[in-house]
Amino acid sequence: MELVDRLLAGDRRACARLITLVENEAPEAKQALREVYPYTGNAHVIGVTGPPGAGKSSLVDKLTQYYREQGETVGVIAVDPSSPFTGGALLGDRIRMQERATDPGVFIRSMGTRGHMGGLALTTKDVIKILDAFGKDIILVETVGTGQDEIDIIKAADTVLVVTMPSLGDDIQAIKAGILEIGDIFVVNKADLDYVDKAVMELEMMLDFNSDKGWRPPVVRTVANMGVGIEELAEAIQAHIGYLRKEGLFEEKRRLKIEMELLEVLNQLIVKEVLEKAKKTNEFDNLVDLILERETDCYTAAEKLLNPK
Amino acid sequence: MRKIRVLVAKPGLDGHDRGAKVVARALRDAGMEVIYTGLRQTAEQIVETALQEDVDCVGLSILSGAHMTLVPKVVELLKRNQAGDILVAVGGIIPDEDAATLRRMGVGGVFGPGTSTQEIVTFIQSHVSA
Ligand SMILES: Nc1nc2c(ncn2[C@@H]2O[C@H](COP(=O)(O)OP(=O)(O)OP(=O)(O)O)[C@@H](O)[C@H]2O)c(=O)[nH]1
Ligand SMILES: [Mg+2]
Repeated sequence: MELVDRLLAGDRRACARLITLVENEAPEAKQALREVYPYTGNAHVIGVTGPPGAGKSSLVDKLTQYYREQGETVGVIAVDPSSPFTGGALLGDRIRMQERATDPGVFIRSMGTRGHMGGLALTTKDVIKILDAFGKDIILVETVGTGQDEIDIIKAADTVLVVTMPSLGDDIQAIKAGILEIGDIFVVNKADLDYVDKAVMELEMMLDFNSDKGWRPPVVRTVANMGVGIEELAEAIQAHIGYLRKEGLFEEKRRLKIEMELLEVLNQLIVKEVLEKAKKTNEFDNLVDLILERETDCYTAAEKLLNPK
Repeated sequence: MRKIRVLVAKPGLDGHDRGAKVVARALRDAGMEVIYTGLRQTAEQIVETALQEDVDCVGLSILSGAHMTLVPKVVELLKRNQAGDILVAVGGIIPDEDAATLRRMGVGGVFGPGTSTQEIVTFIQSHVSA
């Protein structure tokens, strides 16, 4: 496929177009991803999640700048919610990244969550592969940390940053169960505001309480819009990579991810195949009617769809 | 499924982006994906963003009167990057003769201050091939 050749040769328009095909779940995307896959696996993927307005985009911007100064190339995927009613989305993360816009070593892509057939996580993982094959050393994925879908995206990362900020409230903002478990590094951004110490202390306590694994996530303070604390954050990321490699966890983690992804793809294929068959015969709608009338139940109906006579 | 993607950009030095934001929201509400990049964009930033985001349309909001320098630059840079197929729309206070010149250069639509957002939505929908 010509687009893939151009991608591998470093053509950013080909990269952009391939991402569009993946996002659109276009039929051509699958073949392209097949051809792209052997060239993936080299990038370090960093997930950045946290409540709205915590400073994720500002952090991504400053981390990008930092890595560029180290001579690394960077890809950014910024995910924002699509409206479930209109399907439209306002993607505004780039506002904080304008200084990177014309850097040839940086490629930024904004994504709406849409309503992906195969799930948002699968689509995002495929976009990561495109940027990986495109040759980006570091890939930063920004997403608001709400909902299972977004937690699944973040699981695609090698290192997960959970970003929060100090707040007046009792609890540290929106560190929900589930988020605490997936964070490898915690960032208390907006450290120029009041109540930072309180926020850091609360987090440290929660993490101590939660710490049963070999890696105790560090808490890093930053002032993202001023670029304060970025080097410390990058050092923490480096330490996490070092830890994964030293303990042999890097491969293990990636293996687990591939297992999960294969299951997701398999799921998608099976559902698609079954539904396509059932649509031809109206079988699906008929079964829904029968379930509604209590003539059958979902389990029996699903088995019938899976094994039509 | 395909979605119309639009870059709404605010080039130049004037600090007003209320109009641009209103348009951005209207396009979103019409089901489009709108990439919004904020104030004070250079032509180079706009074009590079349009390429990476693979947009169908670039909407430029210009109130400063600098449209005759900024818009041709964007159109020219798009062409130089083999992206002349991207629809360019301009909004702002633009005299008729300037609008005509811009259209001749390849700008798809020029919209004055009184334009309804619905008009802009319809314009983009009809000019971006499905
Ligand atoms: N005081 C202060 N403000 C900050 C800091 N970092 C970011 N901001 C501001 O906080 C606001 C939100 O920053 P973003 O980087 O857009 O936050 P975000 O988490 O990406 O936001 P969403 O993508 O909308 O969820 C902006 O106005 C930033 O300028 C900081 O360290 N201190
Ligand atoms: Mg953001």
